[in-house]
Amino acid sequence: MSGRTRAGLASARALVQALAYLAPSLLVFAVFVFYPLVRNAQLSLYDTTPFGDLSRFAGAGNYAELLRSGEFLGSLRVTVLFAVYTVPAGLVLGLPLALLANRRMRGIAAFRTAYSFTIAVSIAAAALIWEWMFDPNVGILNYLLSLAHGPRIGWLTDPHWALPAVAATTVWQSLGFNVVVLLAALQGVPDELVEAARIDGSGQWAVFRHVIVPAISPALFFVGVVATLGVLQSFGQIHILTQGGPVGATNAIVYSIYRNAFFNFRFGLAAAQAMVLFVLVLAFTTLQFAVFERWVSYG
Amino acid sequence: MMPASATSAYEVAAAGRRPARARALRRAAPGAGLGLLMVLVALIVLFPLLFALSTSLKGGAEVNLYPPTLWPRSLDLGNYAAALQQAPLARFLLNSLIQSGAITLGQLITASLAAFAFSFIEFPGRRWLFFLFLSTLMIPAEVTLIPNYLTVRSFGWLDTYPGLIAPYLATAFGTFLLRQFFLTIPRELADAARIDGASRRRFLWTIVVPLSRPALATLAIYAFLSSWNQYLWPLLVINSTEMRTVQIGLALLQSQEILSWSLVMAGVILIILPTVVLFVFGYRHVVRGLTAGAVKG
Repeated sequence: MSGRTRAGLASARALVQALAYLAPSLLVFAVFVFYPLVRNAQLSLYDTTPFGDLSRFAGAGNYAELLRSGEFLGSLRVTVLFAVYTVPAGLVLGLPLALLANRRMRGIAAFRTAYSFTIAVSIAAAALIWEWMFDPNVGILNYLLSLAHGPRIGWLTDPHWALPAVAATTVWQSLGFNVVVLLAALQGVPDELVEAARIDGSGQWAVFRHVIVPAISPALFFVGVVATLGVLQSFGQIHILTQGGPVGATNAIVYSIYRNAFFNFRFGLAAAQAMVLFVLVLAFTTLQFAVFERWVSYG
Repeated sequence: MMPASATSAYEVAAAGRRPARARALRRAAPGAGLGLLMVLVALIVLFPLLFALSTSLKGGAEVNLYPPTLWPRSLDLGNYAAALQQAPLARFLLNSLIQSGAITLGQLITASLAAFAFSFIEFPGRRWLFFLFLSTLMIPAEVTLIPNYLTVRSFGWLDTYPGLIAPYLATAFGTFLLRQFFLTIPRELADAARIDGASRRRFLWTIVVPLSRPALATLAIYAFLSSWNQYLWPLLVINSTEMRTVQIGLALLQSQEILSWSLVMAGVILIILPTVVLFVFGYRHVVRGLTAGAVKG
């Protein structure tokens, strides 16, 4: 009996000690992660004043308004299209670069740095560089097009081209990350596996297709999910390049939240949009963790 | 018995690998064609950056020439001086340095403390609290954006450093990263320290932290890179020109009436310089930080 009490006392003391070490993190998480999550859910159920105070309980009113609003449905459409433009392109461009960077030769470190260099470039810097290249009059892209007798394109002002232009900027900026992750995965493929396939008489392509791709498929999947999450949360490039325009062609979900909250001062409606974003992100993060788990256990 | 067989298995594997590696090296003895292709690919990937660098060195009206020139006719550093003074990028750089420095230092401290509790103290509810930490990774910043803006405003922190810094002072990712490293530190060290009468706190700061320098460096570089590159949060909490961080300072420079692309490109080169230096010299750490969630280990 007294032994149990002593054990209980010891574990209580351990708990108090541990909490002292955890307190700084817990405080920050409580104030800036958990409380705002609850507050956001609450805001989404209310009409709010332009100052952000609750004015009237609206129930599902904000959500109903979203479903009726062409702007919100449009922003979902833009976000999906944005993902379609960027995620496969990021993989298709990232994998060959990672394969090249995985070669064993003198000076390979320089190539690895070069191929993954855009990690060092912020989204704002990338957007500014591409905005300059997209310049309709003196930009380098229209000049290169003119060499091929192509038309002069209003990359950021033409509703057909604005989203592909924003997507190109995004793909370039995230390429470095894709290369680093895929390269790390390629380096984890055992030499013996590749050698064995070669001895069996498989050609380069067969080895790539039937040995390397399956071996790195979790990394490919991981890159795809991270890119999708990146699209769901993209803001800076849109704010700099197009401000959601022309005519909503690049009005992806976070930009739409930003507009509703900080320009239209409809905090309740924007909070409801944020809840929808939360559900989407949660779905993809869960997928990512699930695959990560499988990878760790069977990899 | 066990260790012996493990060793021999390792030796077999290593012996098997060595010739394989030599063969691979011989095969890779670069075909000049492939080497050329690799250089060409590097140039294409880096082209936007090289073109930005070239643009930043163009003087006067050369930037508006059509067709655009690939090489500047003369090297003009005037754009850099102008960007630093007029924008004023020098002030933005200082703001970002304070913001990112404080976030990095803060995350190193809070994550070390938390990771220590999760790896060296046996306490009831440990699993549950660890899960609570990890759950913050599932909550995107965009969802907490509006309430956090309202909170920071109610603290009177709009347009201040605390407003920029406070929400980022804790990190679940960093805690996880450090915990994984702390778990590799032999438990015997903790027992020995306790017998020596060292307090837990002293054990953390004099033994665990110095032993964990590689993991701390990874976290520091990761934290600095991501806070230096922040965009949306600084855009919301900062109103005045003097308090802008580099990213939004530069972006808003571009939206001004009179726009000189050579000036903006000089600004771009200046603001990516610190991250480029970190990236090139801390490549190993950057890679480890980015792949921590992706690659088992």
